[in-house]
Amino acid sequence: MSQVIVVTSGKGGVGKTTTSANIGTALNLLGKKVVLLDADIGLRNLDVVMGLENRIVYDLVDVVEGRCRIKQALIKDKRYEGLYLLPAAQTRDKDAVSPEQMKKLCDTLKEDFDYIIVDCPAGIEQGFKNAVAGADRALVVTTPEVSAVRDADRIIGLLEANGISNIQLIINRVRMNMVKRGDMMAMDDVVEILAINLLGVVPDDENIVITTNRGEPAVSDKNALAGKAFRNIADRIEGNEVPFLDLDMDNGFLGKLKKIFGFNN
Amino acid sequence: MLDFSQLFGRKNQSSHVAKDRLKLVLIHDRMNCSTELLEMMRSDIIAVISKYVDIDTDEFNIEVSSLECDKEGNKAPVLSANIPIKNLKKVR
Repeated sequence: MSQVIVVTSGKGGVGKTTTSANIGTALNLLGKKVVLLDADIGLRNLDVVMGLENRIVYDLVDVVEGRCRIKQALIKDKRYEGLYLLPAAQTRDKDAVSPEQMKKLCDTLKEDFDYIIVDCPAGIEQGFKNAVAGADRALVVTTPEVSAVRDADRIIGLLEANGISNIQLIINRVRMNMVKRGDMMAMDDVVEILAINLLGVVPDDENIVITTNRGEPAVSDKNALAGKAFRNIADRIEGNEVPFLDLDMDNGFLGKLKKIFGFNN
Repeated sequence: MLDFSQLFGRKNQSSHVAKDRLKLVLIHDRMNCSTELLEMMRSDIIAVISKYVDIDTDEFNIEVSSLECDKEGNKAPVLSANIPIKNLKKVR
């Protein structure tokens, strides 16, 4: 069964594109045929996060307007067998595509792929409506901040209004040391407020910046804790039960020593 | 180990403040066109109460706010109405 998964958040800058790139790649590493669809027309970024920016010839709008076939616009990621990117247009406007066209495109892609990961633009206007049009399920990305959680709540309402009932939450950029001293909302707090199922928690990890600098998804880095978190999320999407990560960065020798002697902070 | 910050000062932790503020703001957000809704509630409440009490409709005020309600200091949102009474009517 193919699935179209939209990655959305409402607020900008919470990590939708990073999440899309990493979950898509992680699903591919599990042996799935995946296409990453950048729906952020005018402000495309999935191409640079994936390191595929130099290989774009045709884009989403070209496909929708019939200037090329879908196969011509799909960029094959040479590092991962069975992973493709359909880039957004950079010089066009969100209105260049309609929700009906997006739905049709997603349905066509479903014939060839196991997962279609749609990277939704920030906001609740046309771009959002386009991105969710063909979606079977939604992943709402938020950070443990007041503004991001508020926007996530609004987005959940709009997703439900668009007939999407399978909505799951990803809490991104969690800083465990701040949570422990009570200066960041804990996962339970955010889940309680938004009242939807939690799919995964991703720590605030420097490796994300480093891998993004290089144009490689963090899931390819075996040592990155955030990469591990994204791989677990992909596993859960596949229906496997994976326990939530211990995000305590303080797990080195000193951290263990502190735990033994009871210094918990 | 006892964590004193969890025994005391929980209310003052910024994460706690964030959660309380969020709860309140989401109540407003989730109440679609809340000002209109509050206005409708206001006129209905005035109609009901006016049957029994003579109230000052100009000073009548209704709003959603937060109020401390439990021992741990968790705040819950409340709908509060301030209704100044002019005269108590005689109810038969």
